Amino acid sequence: MLTQDRAADIFARIRKHATADEVEVIFYGGKSALTRFANNVIHQNVAEENYGVSVRTVFSGKTARATTNRLDEDSLQRVVKASESLAKVQHPDSDLLSVPAAGGGARATQELPSRYFEATAAITPEARAEAVGKIVQRAKQHNLTAAGIFSMAESVDGIFNSRGLTAWHEQTSAEISITMLGSDSSGWQKANSPDVTRLDAAGLAERAANKAEQSAAPKEVPPGQYMVILEPSAVLDIVGFMFWDFGGMAVLDQRSFLNDRVGTRLFGDNIHIWDDVNHPLQSGSPFDGEGMLRQKVELVKNGVVERLVYARATAEKMKESEHSSKIGPIEATGHGFPLPNEMGEAPMNIVFAPAGSTRTIEEMVASTARGIYVTRLWYIREVDPYEKIVTGMTRDGTFLIEDGKIRHGLRNFRFNESLIKMLTNVEMMSEPVRASGEESFDMVVPAMKVKDFNFTEVTKF
Amino acid sequence: MLDRAGRGRSRCDYFVTMKSIANWALNTAEQRGASYADLRVVEERSRTLSTKSGRVGSATQSESLGIGIRVVANGAWGFAATDDLSRSSVEAAAARAVEIAKASARVKEADLKLAPEKAVQAEWASEMEKDPFATSVEQNIDLLLRVDAELRAVAGVTLAETNMNFRREEQWFYSSAGADIHQTKHTTGAGYAAYAFAGNEIQKRSYPTSFGGQWENRGYELIEEMKLVENARRVAEEAVALLKADQCPEGVFDLILDGSQLGLQIHESVGHPIELDRVLGMEANFAGTSFLTLDKLRKLRYGSELVNVVADARVEHGPGLGTFAYDDEGVEAQCVPIITNGLFTGYLSSRETAHTIGENRSGGMVRAESWNRLPMIRMTNVSIAPGEQPLRRTQLIADTDHAIEMETNKSWSIDDKRYNFQFSCEIGWEVKSGKRVRMLKNPSYSGITTEFWNSMDAICSRDEWVLWGIPNCGKGQPQQVMGTGHGASPARFRKIKIGSAYKGN
Repeated sequence: MLTQDRAADIFARIRKHATADEVEVIFYGGKSALTRFANNVIHQNVAEENYGVSVRTVFSGKTARATTNRLDEDSLQRVVKASESLAKVQHPDSDLLSVPAAGGGARATQELPSRYFEATAAITPEARAEAVGKIVQRAKQHNLTAAGIFSMAESVDGIFNSRGLTAWHEQTSAEISITMLGSDSSGWQKANSPDVTRLDAAGLAERAANKAEQSAAPKEVPPGQYMVILEPSAVLDIVGFMFWDFGGMAVLDQRSFLNDRVGTRLFGDNIHIWDDVNHPLQSGSPFDGEGMLRQKVELVKNGVVERLVYARATAEKMKESEHSSKIGPIEATGHGFPLPNEMGEAPMNIVFAPAGSTRTIEEMVASTARGIYVTRLWYIREVDPYEKIVTGMTRDGTFLIEDGKIRHGLRNFRFNESLIKMLTNVEMMSEPVRASGEESFDMVVPAMKVKDFNFTEVTKF
Repeated sequence: MLDRAGRGRSRCDYFVTMKSIANWALNTAEQRGASYADLRVVEERSRTLSTKSGRVGSATQSESLGIGIRVVANGAWGFAATDDLSRSSVEAAAARAVEIAKASARVKEADLKLAPEKAVQAEWASEMEKDPFATSVEQNIDLLLRVDAELRAVAGVTLAETNMNFRREEQWFYSSAGADIHQTKHTTGAGYAAYAFAGNEIQKRSYPTSFGGQWENRGYELIEEMKLVENARRVAEEAVALLKADQCPEGVFDLILDGSQLGLQIHESVGHPIELDRVLGMEANFAGTSFLTLDKLRKLRYGSELVNVVADARVEHGPGLGTFAYDDEGVEAQCVPIITNGLFTGYLSSRETAHTIGENRSGGMVRAESWNRLPMIRMTNVSIAPGEQPLRRTQLIADTDHAIEMETNKSWSIDDKRYNFQFSCEIGWEVKSGKRVRMLKNPSYSGITTEFWNSMDAICSRDEWVLWGIPNCGKGQPQQVMGTGHGASPARFRKIKIGSAYKGN
């Protein structure tokens, strides 16, 4: 792995080549490997190692970025020159701030727990094959076919700037995703953690297999508004579509569904949402694209959107805007993307924190007279940006619930559902867990029981 | 060509260097027990520029260089990639690929069967008139800011975004069978969007299409031909006008789609389901499978008689994002008939999968995002043939009694077997008695793939046909983003379900 010492040395060499007023260098990369299986065999199996530097230079209000994965002296000199040439021909940006000083403006709310685990970094291709072998064995016991992945990565993120700021983060991650296929049904489970010892491949395989078996010979029920129970992965993938709108820049650009809605009750009063990189179930680096420490931010309290997250420049701009008195606290929160960019910032470490008593998924099912149980949502896209209507499909384990019991599998539905409406209609939530999906980044979310969820069509399987 | 460690050497020396790198990898793979090996050294360079409401949004240049080595050992695949092209690193990566292949072989049922392919030595570069990297950044930004000013000159526009992207990709492919293929490709793209927020809605119009505009394997001449500035005022006016337009009705109507939306419809409801790896279950955990099971080949009536679709990677098809001379397995670019007069006639295949459909040669549709990714089956240019009778879009509208016309994609979604889809577009019009009678906001349509294609009853001719580029197709684990081409012209579909995206909301 690229070490912080080597990065410091590279940064010193880059500074020597630079003539700009200010220089900021982002380091990225790592080692990763992924074993992929389908039809009960390993069919793809890859490993990769790659490191790069991304150099941002500033000349009196003008900035640009150049990136390379070549770290020899000539290449470093060339990437600095590319960044400077690009910066010099920009128009001056009056919103651009000086790079942050070491410790300037940023406060750590608490020490970040280590997210580097030797056990994860040490996973070999043989160990992955052995785990996949057990998953396949489980599939065969159930007369099913397994497909999925077992992956690992160790990665670095770092920032150095010419005012002395240094930020460095190393972490590992491991992921297992399993689909079990029957002749007319399927089941799916996925989990991700920095610590591979927290992943239970056999347990995931068994749950996915049970779903495939229980949803065999699916029946069709007509589309309409149903009570639904969404597993945490389904919640994650659908709610993820709204968090890009929780940045100050999205509101300044009037492209956010929170335009004119911050401070109002938008969701049910049982909805509480934080952004908290330090949460024990969260993952990722504790600083943003300028090296500012990510702060814990209460985004939604009792269904009211309390505040947004801000990159440094966005916060300054918001303070000067017409929104400043009605948008909640305004300060740089450590959520900015690397500059220059159009998006500004977004919360990336979402934690749902249900108030009051939580229920287990079994209790949710038992309390439901008629409803639909959803394992996973798929191919979600935004239909309406202001009412936040999103469409998508159910997948890999959809069931009819009657009289408090799961009865049988169902053909999959298409939904068109407003997230505002959905989060107003949450009747029960489980304890939040670290959930993994395919449409949104990992979050800490509960399972939810939601009334009047809007299914508009049924597909053919 | 970028400067490199071998600076000052002649071009010939550089090729010698590449050949040595290849030999380090191939020799190590063989010594460690690989029965087959290939490798790609890829060098990429890109320029990304964007503006937002009068300012430069991003200004970035990036480059990347590395090697990806793919091997077969004990009858199974292994792949390893590294950014370090030193001898020790390349040999270590080759050894790692073999180690990984041997681990793969611990969970297999049969040895891989690769369709035979003659090893070729070849050199190819995509054609372009103006090297985009030779244009100045000032010139590029000036053009984008002129577009931006036009967009914001329209009252009611609340946000304007533009983008311009250039990419150069140079690849050296070698195999243990003796292939030696050097290809260079330039890609150019640009587009813009105007947003209008008022009351409780946000409307948007894009040009020439949404999500980054139009992309082709060409040079700066594409930018000059797009008439970006000339169309900006109209596009911005439409964004604002949509706020006051009527909501698209819900019901069953005839439907007219513009070429770019039809291109995306092909991508999602023809291009993905014909991927043989999906059909065979190899993508089941992520992208999904396909309704096009092997028994349907040359039996299924996919569409009406008018529907003719090919997957064509050849230069003759045009400079699409799926155009090349050889794919990433060293197989020559081909044209495969996918739908012939409505009948389903072909899949996208690879050397590994060709035998499953009784073919003894790969269709040549295998590509990787970059040096660090495993090549896999990807769409090339999956295009619908234009109508043979002359038919302009205006004539198609004039020939229509009552329909909803839709243009420019806004959202797209389809199930994991590719049956049920729903698309929404930025703008619609109601057509009555051969004329557009009113603008409609939030138009959407949905259906089942084969029912939809069987309802096509008219398609415009060659003069309305455009080879659209989709730069952001995702597939695989780890996910790979790939550019695909889709030639299409406006077409009409009978009795389609319209407007259900807003039903119940």
